[in-house]
Amino acid sequence: MFSNILNAFLVGGTLCAIAQILIDKTKLTPARIMVLYVVLGAVLTLFGIYQKIVDFGGAGATVPIMGFGYSLAKGVMSEVSKNGFLGIFTGGITATSMGVCAVIVFGYLAALLSKPKGK
Amino acid sequence: MGFNITNKEYNQKVKEASKNSKLFLDVILAFTVGGIICVIGQIVLNILKMFNFDKETLSSLVCVIMIFIGSFLTAINIYGDIAKFSGAGTLVPITGFANSVVSSAMEFKSEGIILGLGSKMFTIAGPVLVFGVISSVVCGLFYYLYLLIF
Amino acid sequence: MKLGRQTVEFEKPISIECAYSSVGKKEADGPFGNYFDKVFDDELIGKDTWEKAESELLKETIISLMQKNKTAFSDIDYIFSGDLLNQCTSTSFAIKDFNVPHFGIFGACSTFSEGISLGSFLISGGFAKKVICATSSHFCTAEKQFRYPIEYGSARCPTSQWTVTGSGAVILSDANKGPFVTHITTGKIMDLGVTDANNMGAAMAPAAADTILAHFKETGRDEKYYDLIVTGDLGSVGMKLNIDLLKKEGIDISNNYNDCGNMIFNQKEQSAKAGGSGCGCCASMFCGYFYKKLLEGEYKNILFVPTGALLSPISALQGESIPSIAHAVAITM
Repeated sequence: MFSNILNAFLVGGTLCAIAQILIDKTKLTPARIMVLYVVLGAVLTLFGIYQKIVDFGGAGATVPIMGFGYSLAKGVMSEVSKNGFLGIFTGGITATSMGVCAVIVFGYLAALLSKPKGK
Repeated sequence: MGFNITNKEYNQKVKEASKNSKLFLDVILAFTVGGIICVIGQIVLNILKMFNFDKETLSSLVCVIMIFIGSFLTAINIYGDIAKFSGAGTLVPITGFANSVVSSAMEFKSEGIILGLGSKMFTIAGPVLVFGVISSVVCGLFYYLYLLIF
Repeated sequence: MKLGRQTVEFEKPISIECAYSSVGKKEADGPFGNYFDKVFDDELIGKDTWEKAESELLKETIISLMQKNKTAFSDIDYIFSGDLLNQCTSTSFAIKDFNVPHFGIFGACSTFSEGISLGSFLISGGFAKKVICATSSHFCTAEKQFRYPIEYGSARCPTSQWTVTGSGAVILSDANKGPFVTHITTGKIMDLGVTDANNMGAAMAPAAADTILAHFKETGRDEKYYDLIVTGDLGSVGMKLNIDLLKKEGIDISNNYNDCGNMIFNQKEQSAKAGGSGCGCCASMFCGYFYKKLLEGEYKNILFVPTGALLSPISALQGESIPSIAHAVAITM
């Protein structure tokens, strides 16, 4: 119970630390880093590497945006095994639909109920 | 008039004059804050494990709860303040993704519900969805070919 | 009288009859907080959008300026004013009820000296007796237009500058009341290939150095003539580069030089990174601080050189370098 919390801290922290180094040392903007992480997450999942990180780090690997790429790739792979060719088009979005839907609904509600506050 | 200095020489000077951020401190902060956000995710996961959800639902639920936390902190004007010192620590977790969507929606509401809020909601997060979906299709294609051949 | 290619000397110096400055809360918490004439604690200034707030800021500043100088708008011949927003909308909404002939101008952070230059030319040419020059900027509108939504948690890089919420306005006239504008050196576009929109100080430093150099060459003055040389919003990074560039040309300004962007915030405590920027930065610093110090006699001669980074969000995204400009105004008490 507690060891998985420590693992989550270490893996999640490391992923954030790497992104911070990229921000400080290169000219990568936040949006580019997010894109890079998502694509990297998907590619590492395809080669079976990210699954190992998830098995070790738990939420430390799924909560960072790389985990979004992991879900996309994992979803598409399982759909392809089940449904063949069409799975290529359905798998990714099906697996991540809950998150995307949540972000739209919460974004909409927050914008209706709240206002940005200066500084 | 002009100076006896080429663009290249000047840009070299600029590099020297632009002091680097305190990399070590930045990285420690990002590590700590990012780690803590993931720990919260793990605790949520541990609690949800006590109920009998299947694996896929479980991870989706954690994702939704984390998105809710990120959205809520943005709506009460706190997330940006944390991000000021934590840098990538609040950017990389899924809460940062939620923050990018919610903050855009809140900001551009002043330009109307449809063309402001609706169309500008994904100004920052849009590329993540676009390239996420494209990479999932590419992965799917490779996996499909892999299954065909082996 | 034209001196050389870029400089004009006024036979009858132009009076800066009155000045007024307004700022937001963060600026008021800075080292020069006590000098500003008016402080708005509420970022929205009672309005419902940032854009309306910026207009209100400019409008209030100009109205207060008129009250301070006991002048009616019917006595004003022209208003030169500008801001950072697309198509200068803050200005247009702010002054629409004043009923005064108006030129909207854009020179990014150099807008203030651009206005003073043009206003001085008109007065010197006998086409106007009283001219208002004003500018404004607002942290939230600039952030929204040039960077990210306010609530977005993006880390700022160490070279980035913090857009000042502030406004400054002056009345120029043909009166015999100091301080006076004696010379104007109009800048040329300079571009040494800096593309990083988060390092505008570095992009603008060559423009400042070039204008200062031209001013010294054409007026025959040198750095010792002035009690203070003060550039617009180069920030701490651009300042160093400006000193460096001028040193290469054999001019050492490091003893009597400062920069509005570098002065306005406590950069460390207020997390303003490389300092302040925006049309409102040098305008509020000039109207709030330097104008008063000139009246008090602490400074006799200053060279005021606001600088502007003339980029747009589109040119930055297309990877273009940042063209910059600086206009120098020599002021004597």
